[in-house]
Amino acid sequence: MAEQHWKENPKGFWAVSATPLLWTLLFFLVPMSFVWLYSFGSNVGLTEIEISGTLDNYKRATEWLYVSIFLKSLAVAALVTVICLVVGFPVAMALTFASEKWRPWLLLGIMLPFWTNLLIRTYALMMLLGTQGYANKTLGWLWDGASWLKVFFGMQPLPTWEPVQLLYNNFAVVLGLVYVHLPFMVLPLYSALDRLDKSLIEASLDLGAGHLRTLMKVVMPLAMPGVIAGVMITLIPALGAYLTPDLMGGTDSQMIANVIERQFKRANDWPFGAALSFVLIYAMFILIALQSLRKPRRGEAK
Amino acid sequence: MTAQKSPIIEIRNVSKRFGKVTAVDNVSLDILAGEFFVLLGPSGCGKTTLLRMIAGFEMPTEGQILIDGQDMAHVPPNRRPVNMVFQSYAVFPHMSVADNVAYGLKIAGVGRSEREERVREALELVKLGGFEDRMPDQMSGGQRQRVALARSLVMRPKVLLLDEPLSALDAKLRAQMQFELADLQDQVGITFVTVTHDQDEALSMACRIAVMNKGDVAQLATPSDLYEYPANRFVADFVGSVNLFEGKLTLDEPDKAAVDCPGVGKIYLNHGVTGPHGADVWVALRPEKIYLHVPGAGKAVQAAGQDAPEGHNFARGRITGMSYLGDITLFDITLDDGATIRVSRPNLSRHDQEDFEWNDRVSMHWRADSPVVLLS
Repeated sequence: MAEQHWKENPKGFWAVSATPLLWTLLFFLVPMSFVWLYSFGSNVGLTEIEISGTLDNYKRATEWLYVSIFLKSLAVAALVTVICLVVGFPVAMALTFASEKWRPWLLLGIMLPFWTNLLIRTYALMMLLGTQGYANKTLGWLWDGASWLKVFFGMQPLPTWEPVQLLYNNFAVVLGLVYVHLPFMVLPLYSALDRLDKSLIEASLDLGAGHLRTLMKVVMPLAMPGVIAGVMITLIPALGAYLTPDLMGGTDSQMIANVIERQFKRANDWPFGAALSFVLIYAMFILIALQSLRKPRRGEAK
Repeated sequence: MTAQKSPIIEIRNVSKRFGKVTAVDNVSLDILAGEFFVLLGPSGCGKTTLLRMIAGFEMPTEGQILIDGQDMAHVPPNRRPVNMVFQSYAVFPHMSVADNVAYGLKIAGVGRSEREERVREALELVKLGGFEDRMPDQMSGGQRQRVALARSLVMRPKVLLLDEPLSALDAKLRAQMQFELADLQDQVGITFVTVTHDQDEALSMACRIAVMNKGDVAQLATPSDLYEYPANRFVADFVGSVNLFEGKLTLDEPDKAAVDCPGVGKIYLNHGVTGPHGADVWVALRPEKIYLHVPGAGKAVQAAGQDAPEGHNFARGRITGMSYLGDITLFDITLDDGATIRVSRPNLSRHDQEDFEWNDRVSMHWRADSPVVLLS
C-alpha cells in the first residue's frame, strides 16, 4: 500500500490518533508542565509552592555536589552501555546464526526477564551476590580447593576464606544495571543483524578475509543502526536508573535519580527536585538530538 | 575454445547430507582447466550445494574435492584459490565500487599503486570504467552484478564460481549477459563454474554441462550432445521440450532399430540402440524435428518413405492446440491412435502461420535419425 498523507483522510486519522493524543496530553504533558512550572518556584509552606519564576533551583542544580553526581551517573550509564554492547553483540550474533529450531527458545530466554518484576529480579540478584550467596559460596569452594591442592603438593595452605563484598558498592550497581539492560541492547542488535544479507559475510570470507576482519569491516558497519539504537535505549534508562542503585548501591553509589527522589520525598523540596529532573530530561534530549543529527550512511539497513 | 585437458577441480565420490536429506549423492566429476562448466538442474537437485562445497561454505559429508591437485578438506573458504559471484551479488553496500573491488586485494596485501591499477583494469573488463566512486545503491542490478564479477576477477582466481548469476536480471539483459559472460571467460581464460536452473543459459554459455537430478549427475556432456543425445528421460525432458513415447523395441541391429509405440505408431531409426530385444523403452522426439503436412496428398508417407520402411515414421491427427510465438508456432496434435504430440514449426515467411488452423486434420513425418531411444 502506498503511503498516505494524513490530510488526505483526516477523519480516519483523527479516529485513530485522538485517543493516544489525548492520553499523552492528559497524563504526560499536563503533569510534566506542572513539574516544569514547579522548577521555577520556591517552597513557601509545608505543602505550598509559589511559582515565582526564580532560577534559584537551577542555580543550585549547577553546584558541584549535584554536577558531580550527575557526571558520575553519566559515567556509570556509559560504562553499563559499553559492557552491554560488548556482551550483547556476541549474544545477538549467536541468535542470528542459531538454527531455526533453537532461535525462538533463545529469544524467549532474552525476553523472559521482561515478564518478571524488576524488584523481584533485583532481589534475586542480591541473594546471589550476598556474603552468604551462591557467588561467594562458589568462590569459597574454589578457594578451599586451591588451598587443598597447595597442601597436596606440600605447600602452606591458603589463609581462611573471607567472603568478598559483592553488594552495596559501585560494582554491584554496574552489574545490576547491566543485568537489567542487556535485553534492551540485544534486541535491536539482533534485529539489525538478522536483516543483514548473510551472503555479504560469505563474500568477505570468499575474498580472503578472516572472521575478525569480516566482523569489523562488514558486519559492524552494516549493523551500525542497531548499535546506535541499542546504545540509546540502554544509555537513557540507565542514566535515569533509580531502583538498582537504591537497592544494590552503597552510600557512595547514588545516582541522579536517587537524589531527585530524595528531594521529592525526604527533603520535601519539590521545586529543586523538579529542576534536577528537567536538567536530566534536557540531557537526554541532547543525546537524542545528537543521534538524529547523525547522517545515516549509505547502505545501512534502515 | 582452448580447453586444456587437465582437470582443475576433481570431485571424488562427494556426498552431502543435511540431517536425513541427501543433497548431493556420491558425485564424481572433473572440471577442466579453462572451460566454462555449468551445473544445470531443477531447484533442490543439489547443484548449489555442490558449488558451495567447492567454495568451502559447506563441507562434504563424504568424499574429496581437489582444486589444482590439492585436497580442500581442511582449507577454509578464505584460503581457497576460488572466488564466487553470489546470487544476490553480495556487493558491500557501505563501500564504493572501487572499495568493493579492492577489498580482496587489500587483504592479500597488494600495494596501493598495483591495487589501483588492477581495480581499474577489472572495472574496464566488466565495462564499468569510470564508476569507481559510485555507491552500490546508485546502480542497477546488472551493474551491481558487474561489480561482483570485477571484485572476484580482480583476485585472479583459478576458478570463478557463479551461483545463478543471471536469475535476477530481466530477460533482455539476461540474454546480453549470457554472451558477455562467455566472452569474458574466453578473454580471461579462468575456469568458470556456473550454477543455473535455466537451460537456455546453460546451453548458450557452457563448454560442458552436468545435468543434476536429486543429488546425482544425470548426464555430463557438451550442450549439443545433451540436446541431441540425451542419456535418459530426465535429461531429454529437462533440456528443451520433447515428445516422449513408451514402446517396445522390435528391431535392433547395428545399423537400424524400430520401436512400436502404442498410440503413435511404428518408429524407425537408422542406427542401432543396443537394448535387449522386446524391452520397454522410451522414444524421445523433439518438436522441431517433426514436419507438418496438409493431409491427403500423400506427402508425409512419401517423405517418411525416403529413409524408413513403409508404415514407419509418420502419423495423422487433428490440431487441438496452437500457440503462435512469433518466430515459431507450437501445435498440439491429437493423433488418430490416441497420443498427443507437440510440433513446432518455424514461421519462415510472413504467411506461414496461416497454413494450419485449429481443428485441421494434418499428417506429419520425421527423419529416421531424429528419434532417440532411451532405456531409462
